[in-house]
Amino acid sequence: MSKIATRTAYGQTLAKLGEENRDIVVLDADLSKSTKTANFAKAFPDRFINAGIAEANMMGMAAGLATCGKVPFVSTFAVFATGRAFDQIRNSIAYPKLNVKIAATHAGITVGEDGGSHQSIEDISLMRTLPNMTVIVPADAVETGAAVEWAAKHSGPVYIRLGRLDIPVILPAEYKFQPGKAVILREGWDAAVFACGMMVGVALEAAEQLATEGLQVAVVNVPTLKPFDVDTVIEVAKQAGAVVTAEEHSIIGGLGSAVAEALAENLPTPLERVGIKDTFGESGTPAALLDKFGLNREGLSAAIRKVYRRKSNK
Amino acid sequence: MIEPKLEELTAHAKEIRRMIVQMLAESKSGHPGGSLSAVEIVTALYFAEMKVDPANPRSPERDRFVLSKGHAAPVLYAALAEKGFFPKEETYSLRKIGSRLQGHPDMKRLPGIDMSTGSLGQGISAAVGMAIAGKLDHKDYRVHSLLGDGECEEGMVWEAAMAAAHYKLDNLVAFIDHNGLQIDGPVSEVMAVEPLDAKWRSFGWQVISIDGHDFGQILNALAEARNTKGRPTMIIAKTVKGKGVSFMENQVGWHGNAPSQEQATQALAELG
Repeated sequence: MSKIATRTAYGQTLAKLGEENRDIVVLDADLSKSTKTANFAKAFPDRFINAGIAEANMMGMAAGLATCGKVPFVSTFAVFATGRAFDQIRNSIAYPKLNVKIAATHAGITVGEDGGSHQSIEDISLMRTLPNMTVIVPADAVETGAAVEWAAKHSGPVYIRLGRLDIPVILPAEYKFQPGKAVILREGWDAAVFACGMMVGVALEAAEQLATEGLQVAVVNVPTLKPFDVDTVIEVAKQAGAVVTAEEHSIIGGLGSAVAEALAENLPTPLERVGIKDTFGESGTPAALLDKFGLNREGLSAAIRKVYRRKSNK
Repeated sequence: MIEPKLEELTAHAKEIRRMIVQMLAESKSGHPGGSLSAVEIVTALYFAEMKVDPANPRSPERDRFVLSKGHAAPVLYAALAEKGFFPKEETYSLRKIGSRLQGHPDMKRLPGIDMSTGSLGQGISAAVGMAIAGKLDHKDYRVHSLLGDGECEEGMVWEAAMAAAHYKLDNLVAFIDHNGLQIDGPVSEVMAVEPLDAKWRSFGWQVISIDGHDFGQILNALAEARNTKGRPTMIIAKTVKGKGVSFMENQVGWHGNAPSQEQATQALAELG
């Protein structure tokens, strides 16, 4: 299985789209080599705007460009895009519903060695709370390419969460991204896992492992955190009767919260949330961090066994 | 300046001041001080400088105006109504439920608003983005923005200042409505922003200091900006907060308080 970072797929797709759509402009805050917008910058230097290390002004400039018919893609690390420039995204982009795409890389703890100051664990939560914002967390390189292409055509603000780490490509090349739709990747009736981002691949591994123990676990990829596919969540939860969420993000405000909200209002179901448990990240290799925070096959399997026991003991 | 033009601008400014007082009294809420101080600047832009068409408010070729000090919305609303973007009677809906005239400018609701603003420091960045778009598209529209002097305390303003000079945006002109007062008191006491002229100059802008109530000086500065290549222009306009209404002039308390009907009557009598 080949491995590729979603940021790399973003950079490649963006450079390709630059050819097709002359209205696309790209803004970066001195991180173009890391966010991979450098591909676009090399191909279309006139339409690449380096904002320097000034994320607030970068978001504001993107808003202004959008009012003039441009399709700005804005990139920096997720922690700076959504944290430092939150007010600019809120008031200059989401409030006037301007056509700005925020493609933030280095999300989550797999940033690794740079440590907790650079590991965004709250960006989904921040973006999901904004009216008019679409929030996408691609599961792999294939989905990233499809989501970026969709975002370029869609009119309105979009947040795309991307990672630094090379992760397995799990979706087929012909995969079609459907905005607002969760995708059932594996059927199962003992429990269901709803996952986003790199945790989708981990969820497939956990389901495989648990199948050898006799547990049939459904795996659902939830690439769009907003608008949220409540119907699929309810449909799958009804069949499985036990639910686990998995995300490389705080369990507060992200996928775990979105699923909890959907279930509590429609179909109360035993739920375990796997993610960062209200703590900051720290330095280490991505693998060591994923192990420490339980964002691996073992951690997810343990949560699935636990929720299955809760369902059975009712 | 040709005399008839001056007479015309003076008449528009008087009508705009009257509308500001009336709409604020009617809404019982809003910011009179910083609206009245900016009347001549906004009047000069909409009635002498900018190419805008009320019948086609989204024309890609139009000149832009971004009210970065978004709380001065009443002066922009009055100017747009005076220009014909929407009926003057609608100014009485200011800040009321369902109104297109939100407390701070909302481009999604009201024709003629080029950017939604209100969170200070953000409008100038949007104006920089619009000016970059103009350069990319080789269009000759010009972008204008109005900042408060207190607003220059926002760090984002200086990020935008740097970017505008870096990208040589000679199609961008900003004003500072330099009335010297902010909510908590004199700007010099709340947070020293001076010397504003030296600061903007050192950031790479052409800086022109004028009397912000003198149409001749405003239009001359705008002409100088138009003839300047390779850098943006900042026009620092010395103004009087609450200008034109005796009991509001230079009074910090009139930053964000609307006049009563009696006070409005007196103000309108003074404005003539």
